[in-house]
Amino acid sequence: MTKTPDAEAGFCRPSEERVLEILDSYGNDPQQLIAALLDIQEASGRNYVDRRAAELASARLKVPLTQVYEILTFYSMFATEPRGRCVIELCESAPCHFQEAERVLSWFENALDVKCGETDADGVFTLSRTSCVGACDGGPAARVGDEVFVNLTRDKVARLVKSLREDDPASREGL
Amino acid sequence: MSREKRLITRGLGEARPESVSDYEKLGGFAALKKALELPPEEIIAEIKKAKLLGRGGAAYPAGNKWEHLLRIPERPKYVVCNADEGEPGTFKDKLILDKLPLRLVEGMAVAGAVFRAAGGYIYVRGEYRAIQKRFQKALGSAREANYLGRNILGSGFDFDIEIVSGAGAYVCGENSALLNSTEGRVGRPRIKPPHLAEVGLFQKPTLVNNVETFASVPLVLEMGGRAYLELGHPESGGTKLVCLSGHVKRPGVYEIPLGSLTLRELIFDSDFGDGVPGGGAFKFGHLGGQSGPIFSQEKLDAVYSYADLRKAGLSVGSGAVVVMDSSVSVLAYLKKVAAFFVHESCGKCVPCREGNRAVLKRLSDLEIPSALSRSDLEDLANIAAAMSRASFCGLGQSAATHLKTAWKAFPAEFERNLRENAAFGAGAR
Repeated sequence: MTKTPDAEAGFCRPSEERVLEILDSYGNDPQQLIAALLDIQEASGRNYVDRRAAELASARLKVPLTQVYEILTFYSMFATEPRGRCVIELCESAPCHFQEAERVLSWFENALDVKCGETDADGVFTLSRTSCVGACDGGPAARVGDEVFVNLTRDKVARLVKSLREDDPASREGL
Repeated sequence: MSREKRLITRGLGEARPESVSDYEKLGGFAALKKALELPPEEIIAEIKKAKLLGRGGAAYPAGNKWEHLLRIPERPKYVVCNADEGEPGTFKDKLILDKLPLRLVEGMAVAGAVFRAAGGYIYVRGEYRAIQKRFQKALGSAREANYLGRNILGSGFDFDIEIVSGAGAYVCGENSALLNSTEGRVGRPRIKPPHLAEVGLFQKPTLVNNVETFASVPLVLEMGGRAYLELGHPESGGTKLVCLSGHVKRPGVYEIPLGSLTLRELIFDSDFGDGVPGGGAFKFGHLGGQSGPIFSQEKLDAVYSYADLRKAGLSVGSGAVVVMDSSVSVLAYLKKVAAFFVHESCGKCVPCREGNRAVLKRLSDLEIPSALSRSDLEDLANIAAAMSRASFCGLGQSAATHLKTAWKAFPAEFERNLRENAAFGAGAR
């Protein structure tokens, strides 16, 4: 298991207290492991589950660490290395792909100055692809956290990136 | 007049999604009251009369599934809703979860009452996290009105529904994988038998139905099984939510009576898809998600019902209808589908895990002139057959359907680049 930069720096994202709080909020119930890990990932601010957080979940819920990592690596919404604060996931399934999703990808790559699969130097954006997000009637579509953006155009991509960079949810209403 | 038939989608856009009183004005919760009073056998008899087929994709008769579970004496029993809608091209369960949540809540509560279930779970895909939060509100208002919770409407019956989130795994749409995931584990399918009605969630007898199936149940009870059947096709009653996407002018969800329209009408009529945009020509369609069949214009006159599509070698599946215009190469499309399955295969069984990789490799090679010979094509057919016959779960078994059906519809695209057909290099091996 490669150590994440955070783990090397000796701290856990989110804080150990926050991880324990999240686990407590699910009653430390192993059945709720996936839900708890999703919350932990969200609270990390960097869209990943830190090794230390996984260890805490393992100890608190009394499930083997391998089982925690089995979940983290099986489900595609999880990451075990830090990603950007915003993960932009462009739908690559057929209905979106054949509505010029590749062009949209290039617009994102240009606007963010990263290639697909990469995180920018500031840790703000990760650009990646995803399987269907269920917005096929609005293809091409992309998901950023809980939000889904549809019928993407070059202009929309530019406005979305600006709004996400400024962390201003109000400015992307109607996008 | 539109040929849509608004049953499930009645009140869509008018009723506030989480408002119990709005839903009651549409006749809501009358079915639950019936289910609390009538013997379970009578409720199930109506569902059987209605010939309600499972709307998730497998089209298993809901009445038979319910009857099977009712006959099992072991307790407790659980009711689980499959809201893992992961088939690309499918977004109708999202519509119900987001805009018509109380219809689904009622359907699940009816099932809860029929089986006197210990609890209900709804497994919603992780990609719908925002919708999960809104669905939570609908559950809250149903509890407030005592349609969920303790002693529902004074019946002495307790029932509640808990939301469980997925985290990005197509295979969790398979019911047994979904139950594993609900238990907090990795979502790989279980071996069957035992049937989930016998050994399901937490090893207890369990009903798993799709969102749209549950949402249809109150309508069956409201209008009666016979009337529901008559509204649809003699072999499959009622309406179906159809998801149009891809190269159509009017993509979206349309509710239609089963057996009332042809594929051509769905794709081209101005009430529905309104044809291909940008002056393009229809080339092929893909039904029921990535695991469903591909059809060319020859099959456009097939009627949209489970039985008629089956006769035409097609299937309803999830209700997806993805349209592609003549700019799209069949091989390029199939590669995209195969890449999806490579990514989404859970890796448990060899036919699916390795089969999909082999299919993707050969499809890529088929795009290169003279890379493959006719015998390689035979190999591809054998791989597809092995996947269908030997895969562990239904998803693996149907992961080659796109390939087999597209091949039948467009044989020339498969053969064009074969060594035997190329201008150069014939017999070069």
